[in-house]
Amino acid sequence: MATAMVEAAIFQGLSWNPLADLRELFAYPFMVNALEAGTIVAVMGGVIGWFMVLRRQTFAGHTLSVIAFPGAAAASLAGLPLAVGYFGFCGLGALALAGIAGSRRSLSAESAAIGSLQALALALGFLFVSLYHGVLNGLDSLLFGTFLGITGRQVTVLLAVAAAAVALVAIAARPLFFASVDGDVARARGVPVRALGFGFLLVLGLSVAETSQITGALLVFALLVTPAATAHQLTPRPGLGIALSVALALAVTWLGLALAYFSIYPVGFYVTSLSFGLYLLVRVSRALASRRRTTGQLALEAA
Amino acid sequence: MSRLGALAPRAKPAGAATSTAVAFDRAAARLGGRTIWSDVSLTVAEGDFVAVLGPNGAGKSTLINAILGLLPLAAGTASVLGRPPGDSKGLIGYLPQRRSFDTGTRIRGVDLVRLGLDGARWGVPLPGLPSHKRDAARVGEVIELVGAIGYARQPIGELSGGEQQRLLIAQALVRRPKLLLLDEPLDSLDLPNQAAVAALVRRICEEEYVAVLLVAHDINPILGYLDRVVYLAGGNAIEGAPQEVITSETLTRLYGAPIEVLRASDGRLVVVGQPEAPFVHGDRHG
Repeated sequence: MATAMVEAAIFQGLSWNPLADLRELFAYPFMVNALEAGTIVAVMGGVIGWFMVLRRQTFAGHTLSVIAFPGAAAASLAGLPLAVGYFGFCGLGALALAGIAGSRRSLSAESAAIGSLQALALALGFLFVSLYHGVLNGLDSLLFGTFLGITGRQVTVLLAVAAAAVALVAIAARPLFFASVDGDVARARGVPVRALGFGFLLVLGLSVAETSQITGALLVFALLVTPAATAHQLTPRPGLGIALSVALALAVTWLGLALAYFSIYPVGFYVTSLSFGLYLLVRVSRALASRRRTTGQLALEAA
Repeated sequence: MSRLGALAPRAKPAGAATSTAVAFDRAAARLGGRTIWSDVSLTVAEGDFVAVLGPNGAGKSTLINAILGLLPLAAGTASVLGRPPGDSKGLIGYLPQRRSFDTGTRIRGVDLVRLGLDGARWGVPLPGLPSHKRDAARVGEVIELVGAIGYARQPIGELSGGEQQRLLIAQALVRRPKLLLLDEPLDSLDLPNQAAVAALVRRICEEEYVAVLLVAHDINPILGYLDRVVYLAGGNAIEGAPQEVITSETLTRLYGAPIEVLRASDGRLVVVGQPEAPFVHGDRHG
């Protein structure tokens, strides 16, 4: 039923009255649900993503999102709710990643191990999808999300999980920050560095599992990585950085949903492209600014 | 405890009783079934500036880890600030042997220093609380003490090795420790910066009345600032004033092999004939 409404709404296009357009955005329950869910996921992704980028665990986060895909496929094969598959597989994936990180091998060995896990996850996903014969429609939404088909109950579950994840990160904020940037000193001060690393991967797994249900497994990055990476480029201050990361994630989600509503292209495309565009803009302008500073200094020295 | 150095004995703060910061008695450390050193006895008094010297793999960092309580002793006893090792974490400032922060590290120096103060505390820091302001004032104080005001608010990855090292020393100092453990803080610095940091550590020692154990490869940049020396080699250790320890006789006895200590005309010491350490492979953290 929701899909029918989406299709009815999508082709209406923009009018010349912005206020009326804005009001129309909130007129349909499916759109209200999408906005609510997007807001919840953006806040959580912004906070957790900031720590993930700080800890240089982007690859681990990506792997968890790939693991979400066979999870969902296995759940639909077994006739279980998709959420069971997402949370189950991402939880197991987080345990595996924590085991890899805990074995204290070199960084290259660690990334190779994570990469192998990722390949296996993808292969399992394909196996489950081909075993399950209701394929094409399902594969699409597993990979690219069901942003406009979210129910009110899903929103409640999302809110609960996101609140728990953000609360956990907030309680551990300082020791986690300490352990992330200065592990040796933190350990000497009695901060449980390994337990924090393990706990963070679990929370990351939970949030990836949750985000996957909205943006789909492959588009998790749009909300988890890119706003956080942009915020890290914009400021080295931790508090401001987290706030910026959340603000950027909210902005691209809301804008992406609105653009998708008034056009024929999917939400995930807009959210991803907008955040990528922002990231690119910030990187390029920072590079230009530092080059101007260097040439300015050279000119000063020459004078 | 005789101090043969040319340095005048420092005035200690009124009311402070002289006590030992670190005492090891016939201590031994084993790592992976291998004895790193044994029968090590040493005493560091409060307010002393002590260098820990020795070849690679002699167990200098192991000594630091034993003081921190991260590595239990295999034999003997140890007391750190009057308690068993590991029981006085809050009173020890520690600067591990480390890579410097690369240019991609987007953390401000001031935030790193602050972590030394409240990084182990759970919960969200709320600006506006009196404790928050007090913490900020203390962070400003130590940054001024190490002379890092000019660059503390820049990302630490963009600073030079000497600037990073000053901020890391500030981080180790921020909780007013009674004991400061610095593992090769001069390692990546050029000579003028090595001398500047050594002078800074000496000043901290006096002004804050902290005992300092500084692990170093080369004694020369710090020789003029030291009270005592712990020299680790051949699975054993000798402790004393630099002039007593860094001599041909003492080091020959310690290594069990002929060692010659030469004094250059500018006062610099050169140790000749050091045998290769028995376990050098990747053992810079040993």
